[in-house]
Amino acid sequence: MNKNNNKYIFIFSSIMVIIVAVLLSLAAIGLGPLQNKNIRIEKMQNILGSVGVESSATDAEKLFDEYIPTQVVLNVKGESVKGEVAAFDIDLKKELDKVRTGNADKQLFPLFVCDKENKKFYIIPVRGKGLWGPIWGYISLEEDMNTIYGVSFGHKGETPGLGAEIETEKFRQEFVGKKILDENGKFVSVKVIKGKVDPDNPHGVDAISGATVTSTGVSEMIERTLKNYIPYFESAMKERKVAME
Amino acid sequence: MSIETTEPLSKQKKIREPFLSAKNRKLVKDPLNDNNPITVQVLGICSALAVTVKVKPSLVMALAVIVVCAFSNLVVSLIRNAIPSRIRIIVQLTIVATLVILVDQVLKAYVYDVSKQLSVFVGLIITNCIIMGRLEAFAMGNKPWPAFLDGVGNGLGYGVILILVSAVRELFGNGTLMGYQVVPDAMYKAGYFNNGLAILPPMALIVVGILIWIQRSRNRKLIESD
Repeated sequence: MNKNNNKYIFIFSSIMVIIVAVLLSLAAIGLGPLQNKNIRIEKMQNILGSVGVESSATDAEKLFDEYIPTQVVLNVKGESVKGEVAAFDIDLKKELDKVRTGNADKQLFPLFVCDKENKKFYIIPVRGKGLWGPIWGYISLEEDMNTIYGVSFGHKGETPGLGAEIETEKFRQEFVGKKILDENGKFVSVKVIKGKVDPDNPHGVDAISGATVTSTGVSEMIERTLKNYIPYFESAMKERKVAME
Repeated sequence: MSIETTEPLSKQKKIREPFLSAKNRKLVKDPLNDNNPITVQVLGICSALAVTVKVKPSLVMALAVIVVCAFSNLVVSLIRNAIPSRIRIIVQLTIVATLVILVDQVLKAYVYDVSKQLSVFVGLIITNCIIMGRLEAFAMGNKPWPAFLDGVGNGLGYGVILILVSAVRELFGNGTLMGYQVVPDAMYKAGYFNNGLAILPPMALIVVGILIWIQRSRNRKLIESD
């Protein structure tokens, strides 16, 4: 048989494409649940990591229920919304994209309240752009809703040894104790700064050398996401003052 | 650069060979030194630059390439007589791409943390010229078992270099190996600094160059006679 006539080539490629398509769809369907579970567990581990709770893939779900009893969903005005969706299932990417599509007033923001050693910590998810793709993270604030208690970062595809270093303990430790508000209570965020940073600077963190774009991305992501929570924190602080008086 | 080093094994058709005959063992051993895909054939350099900042991702990348190279060689060799020669490159590419996506999906499902470390690089195995090179040069003209071994051998040859380069880069760039600190704190206190150049791509080229130099000075078969 002549294998180079068009009919044979068409039949051959059609059969090949069908086989390949079936194989890949089977793999995607079969492995999908496992992959989604991994993604959920990773999210829990990241949230727990920002308050300094180390968890493994096996105990993450248990620890998450133990340490994070409260999840709050906030709207743009900083009011808590009840009933619509669980904070854990909110896709922050879609919410942040609403600004571009003109639905900025419909944004919803998840907030996780952690109970650890009888103290409350507020965990805020953040998301932004690195050099090669999205970067994200969780920032936990102490009870004063100002001092950073801990952070954890993740990324889709930053360069190993450069941008990917944002995940390391060393970089994360730099954020601890920094403040997001200035003396007058105005929001100033925390910036990643190139070159040597004065350790006493309450709003500056040392950048990773060789990873300028990722470092700037971290600054931008923190500022852009965090500012949405400020109205909620302000009203919560006011309430707390009233309650104290 | 000679790609077609091994003669077609069609002569063996009549006598059944043992599975690991001297000839088949040579298929695995050759690419490790005398015919190394990176240092001798200078193929697959691009990914050797990209993933070799740290040892652990290099190790998984090497494993992934061995799997993809071996099984794509096997599949292509199995259907080599049915592939129309006019579209053979596309057919090979489809098979490689399918295997790479499968590897990626399996990594995501069972070793999630490793797959996160490798991120985009697993997908880039598709563009690794070693794999396409072996399919064209070997799998299209040989029986499945030798083709499989040839894939394993070339994957190993690629992996060995990847791990050597990444070990040098991680040691000098981060002071660690496999993520564990190797350079003692006392040295940093005495004024030692991690070499920032080691984690940038040019250093991978320099290390590969040095490896080629060392290999050529030690391996007589590679020394060209004037």
